[in-house]
Amino acid sequence: MGAPLNTGFQMSTPVFKVDRDQDRCIQCGVCVSQCANEVHHMDSDGWMWVEDEKCVACQRCAVLCPTRAISITDYPVIFRDNSHWGSASLREIFRQAESGGVLLTGMGNPRPYKNYFDHMLLNASQVTNPSIDPLREPMELTTYLGNKGDLICGEEKPFLKLKVPIMFSAMSFGSVSLNVQKSLSAAARDMGTYWNTGEGGLHPDLKEFGSCAVVQVASGRFGVHPGYLDNSAAIEIKIGQGAKPGIGGHLPGEKVSEEVSLTRMIPAWSDAISPAPHHDIYSIEDLDQLIETLKVASRYSKPIAVKVAAVHNIGAIASGIVRAGADIVVIDGFRGSTGAAPMRIRDNVGIPIEIALAQVDSRLRDEGIRQQASLVAAGGIRSSADVIKAIALGADAVYIASAALVALGCHMCQMCFTGKCNWGLATTNPELSKRLNPELGLQRAKNLLAAWGHEIQEMMGGMGINAIDSLRGNRLMLRGIGLNPQELDLLGIKSVGD
Amino acid sequence: MRMKVISIPEYCLGCGLCEIYCAAQHDGFNGNVLKAYKTGQPDPRSSLIRSRPVSWFNTCMQCEEAPCLNACISGAIKRDRDGIIYIDENRCVQCYTCVMVCPYGHARPSSRSGRIMKCDLCRDSEGMPACVKHCPNGALKLWQGGEEQ
Repeated sequence: MGAPLNTGFQMSTPVFKVDRDQDRCIQCGVCVSQCANEVHHMDSDGWMWVEDEKCVACQRCAVLCPTRAISITDYPVIFRDNSHWGSASLREIFRQAESGGVLLTGMGNPRPYKNYFDHMLLNASQVTNPSIDPLREPMELTTYLGNKGDLICGEEKPFLKLKVPIMFSAMSFGSVSLNVQKSLSAAARDMGTYWNTGEGGLHPDLKEFGSCAVVQVASGRFGVHPGYLDNSAAIEIKIGQGAKPGIGGHLPGEKVSEEVSLTRMIPAWSDAISPAPHHDIYSIEDLDQLIETLKVASRYSKPIAVKVAAVHNIGAIASGIVRAGADIVVIDGFRGSTGAAPMRIRDNVGIPIEIALAQVDSRLRDEGIRQQASLVAAGGIRSSADVIKAIALGADAVYIASAALVALGCHMCQMCFTGKCNWGLATTNPELSKRLNPELGLQRAKNLLAAWGHEIQEMMGGMGINAIDSLRGNRLMLRGIGLNPQELDLLGIKSVGD
Repeated sequence: MRMKVISIPEYCLGCGLCEIYCAAQHDGFNGNVLKAYKTGQPDPRSSLIRSRPVSWFNTCMQCEEAPCLNACISGAIKRDRDGIIYIDENRCVQCYTCVMVCPYGHARPSSRSGRIMKCDLCRDSEGMPACVKHCPNGALKLWQGGEEQ
């Protein structure tokens, strides 16, 4: 067993350097009071000093500094140039030699794997067909999610109605602060879309937002009770998460405050451990049973979603999920984010959402069951262009979480797992979580959805499409650039110029 | 119409930017924080009261029946057309009667110059008061009549 070293000596230089321009610093102490990592210090005689090694480059101090006296840069000393042993590799080994532990991290996979969104280009109408001006003509973004197959006249099937094809992805109370959930839930309600509770249950303060909530049933079953299932728009069975396929979750006991414990229905300050598998799902038939159980429990009034991480052979997996009775299949790509995951898993497991999506859509179409379930793409959606490309590849809608957090102030320092989020997002510490005023958060999240909605309409109009339905799976609108024939084939798109 | 700045302690971070921008907005610094603090004598008109974990910006209530206005012996405290109570520094004799009668402990002498300081809602500049404009978390609001929160 490894054991942490009993020494303060660190083998490597700091990762970041905190520069303070003394000509500009007015010793106001904002940086000192705002840094939860205790980088900044001010002595009683006004002397300011920093501990670079504690800095995570969250930019809180630099953004709030009223005189722009602080800048954060990469620490200038670099290791001898080596294309195989990069500085990140060396630092990680130093850290592990000191701690003896698994490297933890937060947010999504930052490695420079090929980004297929950036290798696809959209079409636009020219002479042979007219483009549409969304400012002058109606443009339909409304999307329905659910089982659209085998509708019998008079039968009513449960659907989710989205006014924009974008939903807020699962972030549990505990992994993020209640103010984050308050912001996103209210934004979802106001914009006619949905938010996701994550697997942490629904806090009593958010009961009124149940009607626009997708409630999650995950392997830990935290916070799941009849009232939780009833007060929802849809129920999502979470099998996997893009950032950590194949492993469960672990909310450290320090984050399980009284409030979190009540919502999750577990003792306060105890670790909340979600098992890697659902212990009642060991086969596709078991999934069928759980879906049916939840349908019965909700009296067939809500669509049931199943969320899986994008992994090898995802086409067959999705086919099985649809055949097991899921109304919505959520696929989370390998760039999906997390509040805490082992770094090796996040950075090395799973496949890109673009390829997974194309494969699943094609597979379901080939098998003639595409209409039985809606497809939701998640994991690393950065802009409305990514949304449009995902829909053209076959998604009905997308989930965003990282983008939503960035809208609320996240600066991607990837230290969510420490619970010291200086922006008040990934923390349950009341002194930190009050840094997000949900009124401002609501407005920011709404603005993001509104802006993306406008951009989607602009791009659709350019393609001569006036309803998002006509774009779904319309891969003729996409062309690949810088992709090899096999990649083009897997994505089901033509090359530029073709 | 009565106006005042309202502090919402629930979302106050205690960062103190309100004080800094307040000082920089007055005494001719025109919002230049660097100039106010590096070359001048910054005098924030309102002060942030910190008592962790709670902090709160102690600004003028701009009272309708203002004790300071009634008590001022030299007529230095005045109310303008917008209902803002301000100090005419040319008339102030630093008797500190206002300090004693202010029920909110808002009016107070500067520790640097001894002159009286109170919030004038940045009446000499355009737009929102500097503290409201620069609060990073919306913890300060300009209340303009209507229902009091």
